[in-house]
Amino acid sequence: MSGNMRPTPSACPACAAAPSAERLAEEAAAHVPAQIALSLPTIHCSACISKIEKALNTHPGVKSARVNLTLKRASIEAESDITAADMKNVVEALGYEAHELDSGTLNATANDRAGRELLMRLAVAGFASMNVMLLSVSVWSGATDATRDLFHWVSAAIALPTIAFSGQPFFRNAWAALSNRQLNMDVPITLAIVLAVVTSLWETALSGAHAYFDAALALTFFLLAGRYLDHRTRSIARSAAEELTALEVPRAIRLRDGEEETVNIAELAVGDLVLVRPGGRMPVDGVIVTGTSEIDRSLLTGETLPVFAGEGQSVSAGEVNLTGPLTIRASAVGTDTSLHRMADLVAIAESGRSRYTSLADKAAKLYAPGVHILSALAFVGWYLYTFDMRTALNIAAAVLIITCPCALGLAVPAVTTAASGRLFRRGMLIKHETALERLAQVDTVVFDKTGTLTAGTPELTNMGEVPRRDIELALALAEGSSHPLAQAITRAAREAGFAPARVSDVTEMPGFGTRAMHEGQEVRLGRASWTGGQGLAETATFLSRGAGAPRAFIFADRLREGAADAVESLKQAGKTVYLMSGDTTPAVEALAARLGIERWMAEALPADKAERIQAMSAEGAKVLMVGDGLNDTAALAAAHVSISPASALDAARVASDIVLLGSDLSPIAAACDTARSAIRRIRENFNIATVYNVVAVPLAIAGFATPLIAALAMSASSITVSLNALRLR
Amino acid sequence: MTILAYLIPISLFLGGLGLAFFVYTVKTNQYDDPEGDSRRILSDEYDDHPKP
Repeated sequence: MSGNMRPTPSACPACAAAPSAERLAEEAAAHVPAQIALSLPTIHCSACISKIEKALNTHPGVKSARVNLTLKRASIEAESDITAADMKNVVEALGYEAHELDSGTLNATANDRAGRELLMRLAVAGFASMNVMLLSVSVWSGATDATRDLFHWVSAAIALPTIAFSGQPFFRNAWAALSNRQLNMDVPITLAIVLAVVTSLWETALSGAHAYFDAALALTFFLLAGRYLDHRTRSIARSAAEELTALEVPRAIRLRDGEEETVNIAELAVGDLVLVRPGGRMPVDGVIVTGTSEIDRSLLTGETLPVFAGEGQSVSAGEVNLTGPLTIRASAVGTDTSLHRMADLVAIAESGRSRYTSLADKAAKLYAPGVHILSALAFVGWYLYTFDMRTALNIAAAVLIITCPCALGLAVPAVTTAASGRLFRRGMLIKHETALERLAQVDTVVFDKTGTLTAGTPELTNMGEVPRRDIELALALAEGSSHPLAQAITRAAREAGFAPARVSDVTEMPGFGTRAMHEGQEVRLGRASWTGGQGLAETATFLSRGAGAPRAFIFADRLREGAADAVESLKQAGKTVYLMSGDTTPAVEALAARLGIERWMAEALPADKAERIQAMSAEGAKVLMVGDGLNDTAALAAAHVSISPASALDAARVASDIVLLGSDLSPIAAACDTARSAIRRIRENFNIATVYNVVAVPLAIAGFATPLIAALAMSASSITVSLNALRLR
Repeated sequence: MTILAYLIPISLFLGGLGLAFFVYTVKTNQYDDPEGDSRRILSDEYDDHPKP
């Protein structure tokens, strides 16, 4: 980057050398650098990085730009007058896809503090355990007397500070559990580490033969590795979920004294006039002041038919404006909007996930008391047998160290990391830590219709019945419109190779349809009431040609990619498939027949869906809910496990455990299989860990355990468990 | 065995050096973009002079 591309902060060098305080303050206010983040989903190589960085960095006003290939993101620091749209244009001009990300949402967790802390503790524990292991190997291979004592003391000098630093997560968790009068996996871990260090110190002071410093450190290291894996899996999912949220930049156009200004949604107040362009989503609840249009309420109610919107009508946040620009006066903003209130209700409702106890917790409940009792019995037994405190304590410590859940601590995270990674590559984001375990139990799948099984875009179904002349005319009328039905006609007619008829004076009447002159006659394409057509049960639009009855064009929802596959393979896997929708009965029935779903429910209110799912759960079914709209959120939360597509409303994505990143539904069935094999692996891992214990514990209790045996058992079980996790298919 | 008096401190010092470097790399955000960094070395952009 050359010097002249960077704007100098001050006009003359002297001012720059001695700026007055006033100037400085002014400058600080005027030059708050804009932080812009772009999502770049298509970048993949070093050429992409340097091309984009070069273009951005040479753009006037940009202070610095850096591309992150791992996150597929660019972060740009620029002068305050540079907007994200400018940057987006720069990148798109190079031929890359770019989307603006809301930097406010991203910044909230930009730095993964907890992850770094864990990594640091893991590194320190790894360093210390390697060094101590080196010293221990010399002891095992025959160092004696003063040399052995020296090695033990050096080990102690390394081990004590390391454990004090690296063991903190376990100590904290154990303390939290104990102060709630509960036992968790961390209590035996803490006890084993502390007891190992204390007895080893004691042994070293008395120049004894066995010290367990290496075991205590290896234990800390392996367990921290498990924690770190677990944390990483979840933080990857979390950051991907955040990116989805950040893609919806909360911005609105406010009208003030007839001037348009783009503001943050958070800045809107009740009474503000807000302009919503066609294709835009209502940012607030409000009343339409000017303009007519049609609005798509499918995300809120599940209805596919666009609803007419005119002056004086109220609209809710989340609805999508389809055809004409609307000016609305805000009546509720921010967290007071009906969208938010509904979303909050879901957050309060008890969800399936909070009722579920994870496999790891179940194992800990069995395991923690068992280990304590075993070790205490060993201590009491040996004390009564020898009346020697030192021997008894040594053996109790050996039992605790050998039974310590090294493998158990890795058993779950290693498998979930492998499985989540596999599913992530197939476009599924596992958001909740127990989602995989719950997904494995699913026997009933409930689908929402609009936006989930269907793509939310209509498809012309009766083209074969319409005469050629009418199609050509409809194509001519539909071509200029952005209305979804008009676009469906255009797409279908173009694909079938029709050319538009010759028309003149095409005008679009927002909220009604399009009209034009054809051979001296007015022709109209639009709503039934406006063209003189008979309202039908299906989604339809009408073409009137002056003479004769208006011609109906009938539409059905286009199926989402992979929807038929997903339903088919779920049914083959022996799962019961339901369809529940807020849409009209004929539309739902038609779709159910098309996909071969026998059980369906139409015109369902949000509460109906949730109730039905609760009823199924009460009968013992484990329900997977797949839905995208606000009307599904209660059902998503009530289900045992839930999936929502990336196109879903933010509230629905938050309520669900798994997010589908692509538009394809077919990974759902595969995900159920992956989840089931993951659970199988977890159980196998528990069994492996148990087998090691069954072999090693009698040795420890009998007093034959040496630090070498402890180290072997611990490493061998941890490695087998990790390798077993990698076998996941 | 007096050699141990040198070897043990040396091994600890070298290990500690490695640890200190690792801590430095974590603190300076060098693990934020592993994929991008592995590709950046292939670019000849700052081969002749360091990044300004």
